[in-house]
Order: sequence, then structure tokens, then C-alpha cells
Amino acid sequence: MNNDKNVISRDTKLEDDNYKWGFDFQFNADNAPIGLSEDIVKLISSKKNEPEWLLDWRLKSLNHFFKNQDNEPEWANIDFPKIDFQKIRYYSSPTDKPNPKSLDEVDPEMLEAFTKLGIPLEEQKKLSGVAVDAIMDSVSVATTYQKQLEDAGVIFCPISEAVHKYPELVQKYMGSVVPYSDNFYATLNSAVFTDGSFIYVPPGVRCPVELMTYFRINELDTGQFERTLIIADKGSYVSYLEGCTAPFRKNNQLHAAVVELVALDDAEIKYSTLQNWFPGDTNGEGGVYNFVTKRGKCQGKNSKISWTQVETGSAITWKYPSVLLQGDNSVGEFYSVALVNNYQQADTGTKMIHIGKNTKSTIIAKGISAGKATNTYRGQVKVLPTAKNARNFTQCDSLLIGDKCGAHTIPYIEVKNPTAQLEHEATTSKVSDDQLFYTQQRGISLEDANYMIINGFCKGIFKELPFEFAIEASQLLRVSLEGTVG
Amino acid sequence: MSKNIIEIKNLHASVEDTKIIKGLNLKINVGEKHTIMGPNGSGKSTLANVLAGNPSYTVDSGEIIFMGQDLDEMEPDIRACIGLFLAFQYPVELPGVRMWQFLKSSLDAKREYNGQEPLSTREFDNLLNEYAEKVGISQDFIKRNVNEGFSGGEKKRNEILQLSLLNPKLAILDETDSGLDIDALKVVSQGIDSFSSNENSVLLVTHYQRILNYIQPDFVHVMMDGNIVTSGDKSLALELEEKGYDWLSTK
Repeated sequence: MNNDKNVISRDTKLEDDNYKWGFDFQFNADNAPIGLSEDIVKLISSKKNEPEWLLDWRLKSLNHFFKNQDNEPEWANIDFPKIDFQKIRYYSSPTDKPNPKSLDEVDPEMLEAFTKLGIPLEEQKKLSGVAVDAIMDSVSVATTYQKQLEDAGVIFCPISEAVHKYPELVQKYMGSVVPYSDNFYATLNSAVFTDGSFIYVPPGVRCPVELMTYFRINELDTGQFERTLIIADKGSYVSYLEGCTAPFRKNNQLHAAVVELVALDDAEIKYSTLQNWFPGDTNGEGGVYNFVTKRGKCQGKNSKISWTQVETGSAITWKYPSVLLQGDNSVGEFYSVALVNNYQQADTGTKMIHIGKNTKSTIIAKGISAGKATNTYRGQVKVLPTAKNARNFTQCDSLLIGDKCGAHTIPYIEVKNPTAQLEHEATTSKVSDDQLFYTQQRGISLEDANYMIINGFCKGIFKELPFEFAIEASQLLRVSLEGTVG
Repeated sequence: MSKNIIEIKNLHASVEDTKIIKGLNLKINVGEKHTIMGPNGSGKSTLANVLAGNPSYTVDSGEIIFMGQDLDEMEPDIRACIGLFLAFQYPVELPGVRMWQFLKSSLDAKREYNGQEPLSTREFDNLLNEYAEKVGISQDFIKRNVNEGFSGGEKKRNEILQLSLLNPKLAILDETDSGLDIDALKVVSQGIDSFSSNENSVLLVTHYQRILNYIQPDFVHVMMDGNIVTSGDKSLALELEEKGYDWLSTK
């Protein structure tokens, strides 16, 4: 059973918590003063030497944010003290040399830090054929695999770099899927976003490797506001992965990212997330507030966007990766496992907006609740009058562990075209004592039995992940489930 | 070294405050096949579950010594690892858990506990194929999820497959024969028969005499109201079939 050679195992323990990514690194950091103002936005923009159009866009966003700052969204099934946006640090750069051009320029200590996190930037990911972009706090620290990508014509770089190198692409697409006025946190992100990944796959190119970004919040009191933009041009394909961790902190950290995907005619984007931000301790102290806007636009005909997420971290998750199905025959998919334990809260789901003809969407969401946590699936399927013959299949399964946790399923369905066909299935179940005893009777320990049964429950989602990520996901699940039985 | 595999001394056990087993004694030696028969509600299945350590049952007093170890407070998985196997009356479904993975994990856990290396995938597959063929389980069956969508007969065959694979010291079969058609009964009986040797022991809990046409027990015990009321050899089973249980309660 316990044959994983990796560092994560049921024996993995930190002193007062099971969160193995909780150590913090000592780097010299270039920090902006705490607080939010026009000056801070200008500072971020000048640190990155941005063109004027981008500064204008940021300021417009900031203005909008200030005008609406009393309108925080309150509809989600989550509960937390009001955030003081003036007590957050909006920029922190861990080295004196931001944006290294190659791995040789990266601080060796930083590389070691990433190796410790299980993200070896150099060798291992190269061997396994994954290009990695690592983002520490606000700055991209390394992007690997550049040569191969260049040969294929694929652009994979920090968005701060793309602003300079590919301004037309950035200007054309940034904000085209998630406008700065979209929602409270997206507006804040538009004003203060610091870095993130940019990907462009040219027409007809199948990206030769998996692309991965690794996010880490390290500095105390620092918010992370990354912005990712992926454009798959006609007939192209790309698979992108993101992983995230944060150190053990007693304070809450805010993470408000925006991700925009654009798929043109016949293009396909597969976006996978392993979200393991610090969830807070067993008493519910600390942890990351993960308020993220992720949206893809199937702009071209026959295009496809697929979101797969495994969410085990964060004190609070507020996240609805969505697809706008604009092109005829386009396809949107959402596969999700959201696990909450102790005092974690998750309100997550998706939106599928059918606009084009013959558009199809699939939603499979698995929620697991343990401890005193609450887990809410919130999903919207909307079929506009133009979306002739739209199809949707939704399946929401909830699994409860113990009797102090909660699971909620809130589907919104809005159909404005009579040719649409929608299906919705939902189940709620528990890991039964009979299942545990049966498995234990075969020699498997109680904890392994519990893990095996829950892993089985998630199987349909894990198979959507790239192979290596699937293994990581199931190991992550094991660590997150520690102490939930017995 | 004593020859006995398990010794149950003055066992009292209950479910949710209802006393079910009342002072039961039983000793099983290596190489012996025992059958416990009795009417519904006599405590047969409770005994099987108590021996396997099902946490829904409570041992109030008495002792169970298995392979020289006191089972008191011992976790079910440890009992399994030292050689106790229970074939379930109602095997449960494990959605999403593949048979192959389940069987491999079980065997690996047992081997690890006993200081053996896990089998390689190839070694395991060879072993699995051999036993699967014996109990008439096909390859695509192995690819399915544990007991999910299995027919009653398939579930019972699966129990016998696990029995063969895990090769315990003591096999407790809880009404493995009930609900089987005659063909399945034959396969299951043959499986038990080929498992059984002078190195291990069998405790067969059953309601019906008919499985005894295929399995020759050394001892037949009759259980009523939480205790063994009489013991004998195979002829006792035949007598029961003829007369029913009533003559015992009035004896």
C-alpha cells in the first residue's frame, strides 16, 4: 500500500500540523509598503516598467474598486471577518534580480527551496517533460524548457515579460474574458496584479510538453494577485498545470488571482489545478483566502476548454472556473474534487454559458467534507436563445466523513432555447462502517481503508489529470485526510 | 507448540446492549474443519464478526486466543495480517476501488506485516490469474470495482478468491453458501476444499446442511440462543436436517 517513494506519506507530520509545505524561506525581499493606493499601483507598474496603457488600465480598475469597495460579494456560503484591504502588502519580490533570463541566474537558495517543495525546476521536470514557471510571492523566478518551446513557436513566459515582448497579444486579450469590472476580487486583481504566466500557442501547434506554473506565497502579510492568460490559436492544443502552496501562518493570506483562457477555432486548452494553499490549523486559525476568478472563452468553432481541479487547501475557497461557449460546436468541461477538513470552507463550482449552436458541457463535481468543514457546490448552466441544440450533463456527488461537517449543492439552471437538453444528477453518501470494516478485514489499516474508499470516490476526476499530477493529487488527498477516521 | 489455532473461552458479546453470545467455548486445532449450524438469531454471524473484530460488536467478557495471541483490543487489520479471514455474508461494494488494486493492497499489507517484500506486479498477476481461474472469475471481472454491480454469486466467488489469495490460518465463512444456485455452490465449495489443508483451519457458519454434501466437516456444532448446545460429527448435521432444531431446544 505504502509504496510511494515520494516524501508525502501517511507518516509525514509537522510539529503541530500535517501540512508539510508549511516551512518558510529566508530571502531578502523587496517589499512595497503595506496598503492600497494609487501610489502603490504606480509603484507596481514602475517596478515592472510597464507601458502606459497598462498603467491606465490598472488605475481604471483601482478607481472602480474604490467606488465599489463596500460591495463585497456576500452570496457565497462562506463566513469570514471583513478583510481590511489597507492591511495587505501588494508587492513583494524575493530577490534583487527579478525576472532572471535563465536558470543560471536564479538564486541557488531559491532553487533549493523549490526542490524542497518537491518542485525541482531543473532536472526532474525536464525528464518528465514538463516546462515549469515558478512564482514566489509576486515574481516569476524561473521558467524551464525554453528551447524546446521556442522551436515549436510556443510562448510561455511571465506575463510581466509578455507585456514587453508581445504587447499586441497581451493588449488584445487581457481583460477580454474577465473584464476589470467583472467582480470585486477580479477588479482588485486588475489593479494590483503582479505576475503570472502567459502562454500563446500558434496555429496548428500541439504544445510538445505540459506547461506548469508553481505558485508560492512566502512573505508575511503579502497578498498574491497573479494573472494568467492563455491563448490557443486556431487548431492548437495545450495542457497547462498549476500547483500552489503557502507557508504555515497564523494570519490569513489573501490570494485573488484571475485566469483567462481563449480558444480559437478548433483549439483545445486543458487546464489542471492542484490547489494546496495552507488550509489553516486544526483550530481554524490562519490559512489562505483563495478568491479566484477563472474563466475560459471558447471563442472559435469546435474549440474546447477543460478545467480539472483538485482543491484540498485554503481556509476559504471561492472559485468558479467557467466556460463561455461562444463558438458553434464548442465544448466545455469541469471536473472537480474539493476536499475540506477541520474548519475549511469551500464554495466552488462552475458556470457553463451556452451561446453558440450545438455547444456541449459536462460538469462532474465531487465534494468531500470532514471535520467541521462546509463544502458547497454552486454551479450555473445557462443556455441563451442563440444556443440551439445545447447539451449539458451535470453530476454532483458529496461524501461526508463524520457528523459535524456539511455539504450543499446549489445548481442554477437557466434555459432560453427549447432545443436544449440538460441532465442533472446528485448524490450524497458517507464512508460506511461496513466498508471500512470489510477493507480492514483484508489487512488494510483503518486510515488506508478510508483513503482507498475516498480515492475511489474521486477516481473519475483523477483520470482527467495528467498522469504525474494524478499521483500527486491522490497523495495530497491522503495527507489532507489524516486524522479523519479512528 | 500447541496445535490449536483458536481457542474461545467463556465468550460473552453484545450488539448495542443486547447480549447475543452467552458464555461460548470453542477450540479449533490445525487441520480441522468445524461447522456451526443453528436457527436464525442464534448468534452464529455475531460470533463470526466478533472473531474478526467488527467494531459494531462488543466483547463483554471472555477470551479469544488466536495463534497464541489474545485478540482483545486488536484491530481487525492486524487480526487479518496474522491469519484470520472472514468471508462476509454480505460483501460490501467499494465504488471506484478497482479489484486489482484492492487485492494487491491486501496481500501487500499482509506480507509487509509479516516481514515479506511485496510481490512484483508480474508475480502478483500470475498468482491472481491462477486463483481467479480456479474460482471461475474472468479477467474483466478483475478490472471492475470491488463488488460493484456483482451478482450475489459473483460476490461470494470474490470472497473465495480473496480467501485463496490471502491464504489465512483460519478461514471463517459466514453463510457463504446462502443464496447460491447449485453451480455457484459447487464452485464455492471446491474453493474452500482446495484451500483447506493440514496447515490451516476452517470455521463454516451455515444455515443449511446442503453445503456439507461438498465439504466434509470434522465437527458440527449447533448454536442456540448464544451458545453451543451440542456438538458432534457429520451425522449430527444429517440428524438436524431430518428433525429440525426443535428437538434440541426441548432436549
